[in-house]
Order: sequence, then structure tokens, then C-alpha cells
Amino acid sequence: MKIYVNGEEKIISSMSVYDYLQTIDCDPRPIAVELNRAILPKKDYRTTFLLEGDQMEIVWFVGGG
Amino acid sequence: MISDKDSLKIAGREFSSRLMVGTGKYENFEQMTRAIAASGAEIITVAVRRVNISDRNKESLLDHIDLKKYTLLPNTAGCYSADDAVRTCRLAREAGLSDFVKLEVLGNEKTLFPDNEELLKAAGILVKEGFTVLPYTTDDPIVCKKLEDLGCAAVMPLGAPIGSGLGIRNPYNIRIIMETVKVPVIVDAGVGTASDAAIAMELGCDGVLMNTAIAGAKDPVAMAEAMNLAVRAGRLAYLSGRIPRKLYATASSPLEGVIE
Repeated sequence: MKIYVNGEEKIISSMSVYDYLQTIDCDPRPIAVELNRAILPKKDYRTTFLLEGDQMEIVWFVGGG
Repeated sequence: MISDKDSLKIAGREFSSRLMVGTGKYENFEQMTRAIAASGAEIITVAVRRVNISDRNKESLLDHIDLKKYTLLPNTAGCYSADDAVRTCRLAREAGLSDFVKLEVLGNEKTLFPDNEELLKAAGILVKEGFTVLPYTTDDPIVCKKLEDLGCAAVMPLGAPIGSGLGIRNPYNIRIIMETVKVPVIVDAGVGTASDAAIAMELGCDGVLMNTAIAGAKDPVAMAEAMNLAVRAGRLAYLSGRIPRKLYATASSPLEGVIE
């Protein structure tokens, strides 16, 4: 199925947000996830499954003023 | 020396340093951590950006910041609407687990001046959602009062455009802002060198926030120390009560007993 991650189209099999983060080697601790413009709390990563057309943003902190 | 009781209070939290510094534009994390340590700052700003999902080799900024020692102040840099700024703040809270945000809603890419209409809109929403909002604004006392009335924890008027290094362009407005609001007034943006920071503090500002002035200096770590000293010197001078300005001289030595 097709989802959008940080604006990029990705073809993935059905899986949880937690598993998706594992596949892209992304440590869930320092990040925040927004799914279809709503914040996804960290406790829900394992129980939330990605669906066709989902739009996900994965952000973290970088240097800034 | 400055009394230990002269701490900066923001939303019930106390900070002994009145200097806040950014984490952008450093050559590497090592230089950044050394500069932050030299600045003595306890509040440090960070930006919220997309994780590079193709290249996962990049280190996390948070691996280089001791969160027991520093309070993170995530910004909404790069946001040009209230909606984007609010969204960024919600993400920042989730990533950082803190309610502190430096709210900036920009109106123009060339000047990076704030769009105060969108700023006020975003501030109202964020305060209602429980954020501790520190808004970056123009040096406009009316807007600062509105931000205070909305429940912002401080106001952060600019000294000059972001990254310009022009110093405090309108000290008179900054003074009026300090008379107008009760929340802390923190000069954010425009500082170029140590004297600019000292001037802001001598005016009676509660703090100064800067990034480029330190990170862009030839020796950022030494400049960070200079800013640390300047903010403390300026604060001490303000508390000491400076002499009034006069047009003519007043002798420092006694007039009596001069040899004839």
C-alpha cells in the first residue's frame, strides 16, 4: 500500500507505526509523529496500524535559534 | 556581585542565567556544546524539522544536550501562518515533553519580521492548550500588551532583524514595553556583539536571546563567554542605578585645597 512520509511516497506492507520506524532505523525516543495532521502519542505507536493513503510526519529537534 | 535571588522567573520556573542561546549554525556538535557551556545559558532554543528518513546516520541533537541541565525552548522558525506554528508546537511538545515554546510566526522572508496578526492568533490557541508561550514579536508595546493579555509567559521583542547584528535599534520602544507589561521582557534577535547584550540588560530587560552573534563569530566559544559576561555586567549596572546624563562636566576631585 501507499503512504506518505515527510512528503515522500512510500510503498509498504501493512504494519504498525512502531514497526515502520524500525524498518527505517528510526529511534522512537527523540522524535514526534503526526499522523494525518494529528499528534500520535508515543504510547500508541505499537497499536496504531498504517492505512492506505496515510500521511505521516516524523520530526525531531535540530539546531536553531 | 549579583544576588542569587536576582533570578529570572518564567511561568513559575527560576533561572539564574538571563542569557538564552540558540543551537543553530555551529560547525559541529562539539563546538555547539562548548559554546553553550561558556555562555552559562540554561534555556536553549532548538528547531523542529523533518527527520531525514533516507539517511539515518545523522546524530540526534538531543544526544549532545544534557536535559537535566538545560531547558529546551523549541521554536517555530520557518512558520508563516498560525496553523503551521501551532502544529509545530504540538510536535515539539511531543518530542521534548515540555510545554515551553518560542513562538515565531514570520511575515516575510527577507526581513523575517513577525506577522503579528498570525502571532496573536497562534498565541491564543497555544495558551489555551497549556503551552508556556514565549513569543518573538516586533518592538511594539501594543502587540506586547496583547500577547500578555492572551496569557503569554514573556514577550520577546526583536532588537533588530534576526541575524542582522545591528544591535538594539529602538531602545525607547523597549523601555516603553517594559513599562507596559508585567511579564518578563526578553530581547530576541539583533544582537551583534557583547555591548549590544549589555545595552539590552542596562535598559532593564529581563533577558537576552541570541544565536547568530555567538555561532557566527570567528571564535564562537570565546564570544559565548563574552555574552555571558556582558549580560551579567549589564544586569549589574542596571541594578546599580546609573548616573544621569549631563551636558557639562562635574569634577570628580575636590575643588577645595588646590595649590595656588
